Amino acid sequence: MTTTTTAAAAVATASGGALLSSPLSRHHQQRRSSSVGSPFVAIAKRRQHLSSACINLPNPSPRFSPVVAAAATPARSSTSTFHGPCYVVGDNIDTDQIIPAQYLTLVPSKPDEYRKLGSFALIGLPHDAYPIPFVEPGHETTRFPIIIGGSNFGCGSSREHAPVALGAAGVRAVVAESYARIFFRNSVSTGEVYPVESEAVGMWKECSTGDIVTVDLAENALINHSTGKQYTLKPIGDAGPVVEAGGIFAYARQTGMISSARSD
Amino acid sequence: MASSSVASSPVFLSGTHPIASPLISPAPRCRKEVSRKILAVMAPAQSRSPSTTGSVKHAMTLTEKILARASERPQLSPGENVWVNVDVLMTHDICGPGTIGIFKKEFGENAKVWDREKIVIIPDHYIFTSDERANRNVDILRDFCMEQNIEYFYDIKDLSNFRVNPDYKGVCHIALAQEGHCRPGEVLLGTDSHTCNAGAFGQFATGIGNTDAGFVMGTGKVLLKIPPTLRFILDGEMPNFLLAKDLILQIIGEITVSGGTYRSMEFVGSTIESLTMEERMTLCNMVVEAGAKNGVVPADLTTFNYLEGKTSVNYEPVYSDGHAKFLQEYRIDVSKLEPLVAKPHSPDNRALARECKDVKIDRVYIGSCTGGKTEDFMAAAKVFLSSGTKVKVPTFLVPATQKVWMDLYALPVPGSGGKTCSQIFEEAGCDVPASPSCGACLGGPQDTYGRMNEAKVCVSTTNRNFPGRMGHKEGQIYLASPYTAAASALTGLVTDPRDFLR
Repeated sequence: MTTTTTAAAAVATASGGALLSSPLSRHHQQRRSSSVGSPFVAIAKRRQHLSSACINLPNPSPRFSPVVAAAATPARSSTSTFHGPCYVVGDNIDTDQIIPAQYLTLVPSKPDEYRKLGSFALIGLPHDAYPIPFVEPGHETTRFPIIIGGSNFGCGSSREHAPVALGAAGVRAVVAESYARIFFRNSVSTGEVYPVESEAVGMWKECSTGDIVTVDLAENALINHSTGKQYTLKPIGDAGPVVEAGGIFAYARQTGMISSARSD
Repeated sequence: MASSSVASSPVFLSGTHPIASPLISPAPRCRKEVSRKILAVMAPAQSRSPSTTGSVKHAMTLTEKILARASERPQLSPGENVWVNVDVLMTHDICGPGTIGIFKKEFGENAKVWDREKIVIIPDHYIFTSDERANRNVDILRDFCMEQNIEYFYDIKDLSNFRVNPDYKGVCHIALAQEGHCRPGEVLLGTDSHTCNAGAFGQFATGIGNTDAGFVMGTGKVLLKIPPTLRFILDGEMPNFLLAKDLILQIIGEITVSGGTYRSMEFVGSTIESLTMEERMTLCNMVVEAGAKNGVVPADLTTFNYLEGKTSVNYEPVYSDGHAKFLQEYRIDVSKLEPLVAKPHSPDNRALARECKDVKIDRVYIGSCTGGKTEDFMAAAKVFLSSGTKVKVPTFLVPATQKVWMDLYALPVPGSGGKTCSQIFEEAGCDVPASPSCGACLGGPQDTYGRMNEAKVCVSTTNRNFPGRMGHKEGQIYLASPYTAAASALTGLVTDPRDFLR
């Protein structure tokens, strides 16, 4: 995969290859959904600004137990398989279509505004080409956990609101032929969605919105149950564990790259 | 995506022709200082001294050299992931509040930014609006800047008249340049994709998201993958009917909206050397429309003269080595180009302006970081002046910054007998220049001046023409140079400016 610009590659190297274990999966879903009572907030209150003491040299045995380890997250049956109806878009879906600029007054780090961003996900798609709304009017989330797209998905602006809106709407994975650089990086940094690349070109032309699909990251496969076709995906590589952890900060803490706050 | 009629465009792919060594001018030098607060976040750097502009064993491109120095490595190659020391972090009212939210969540409510003098905060997107949340976002920036004692915050409090806010600048990318925050050889990050604008100064500049920016705010570092470089060699005399906008539309049409993805774009050649800083900014501003990570123009006397008096910070320019490896080189004979537009709905949907002469338009918009600088308005005024007639469609003028706005009312337009841009615009029947901001370039709140609230056809000097970009999903945007935009305003059709500039 050519798109390992993210922290992932170096993080994985720096941490001596200590990757995540699955029990931490998708904790960030829980973290996002409530700001109060989240272990993240509790830690954050104690945390001072990062001094040189707070970023460590690579240490294969993390001395800091991950913030999220405390999260009472029920283990899911599978952390790398997503299943459900897909929403299909074409080439060059830009961030203005994913989240139009008028909604950028919403601040993603505020929980209520985070949810609102989700309700506007993909609202900028032209009606004629996309008659089925991605999020039904009056709803906050989508019934399509998987988006299938063409090339250069997420081009345009650097607005992190774009992957955030998709993640807030309930999207787990986007499968596209290629990504615009900043969108890919923002998806991984935030841990909002898995930006997965398909091996073949033109998959989106063979799939229809509403098809039931399974994305299997372990097997690098996308199965369209409605058409019976199977597609090969490019390995998500080191970006996968970062998304799974819930973004670069969570990942860096889990792997000991960033230590906890000074205990004062 | 390029239209077939420009298939025979004068762009010639060359192999790997060695080209003349880049222009290297005497430049101020100093040892760059980097934050020592964070020692290392991964493998320690080798102990050799960082590369300089002098002879090197490992030839590097301009972008590679900047990033080698910023990561304190003697050398590096495309594809490597390195931690880079950031010189300047810029954010604005759209992404600033989210960045601040992440910074506080991750580093603590009482955390301090890594360097209060290296963070530049510029409200510019949604300023002149009654949208309460937009107004609140500027308040969030102000509170944070007060709390953190941020050195460079270009505040606006009285929205009724921007002129009573002396600190207020306007569009961040142009304000960064005008206020001396863009310097050769440095690393500038911003929470805006058009941060690449600053590559015009021979520096590495790219856009990042809130989460990355939150990390930079706390640490002064960012993890970057070194991009390979595409080199564009533009030679030939620039015809008097072309502007840098035509050059970049030509290039994007050639390599498509994803042709630069994960890559750096370096612009050299005699044409580039003849361009003003503003024109170089136009060029670098839109590299992101080709998907590029950054764009660079090597610093030269034009750069140093522009910076004179704008900054007291020492800077050290770097240049591509003679034998640096470029992923691909493109040669363009500028003397053969014609005025271009990008048709709806993609910046690479290139066509000659004259091919679109039957396209009826409803409005013209001159503004934004790409097309709202003093030189852009001067160019438009030149067309209006030589025509002597009035515009046939509403023509919106949104100066990028307060300084640009003042220039429109103060600087005489060459050949006009002393008239200012504002006088010429008034005589041509344009709208009065609006308050400086990003305006309707990206739509914005419903009450944004110049926003396309209905499905209109617009010729615009901005940088994007995606569906809905300027407000209405069915709106059609033709991206063009200020010359072409002004000519189109005079006819009500997409118009080749040669009709007026001959």
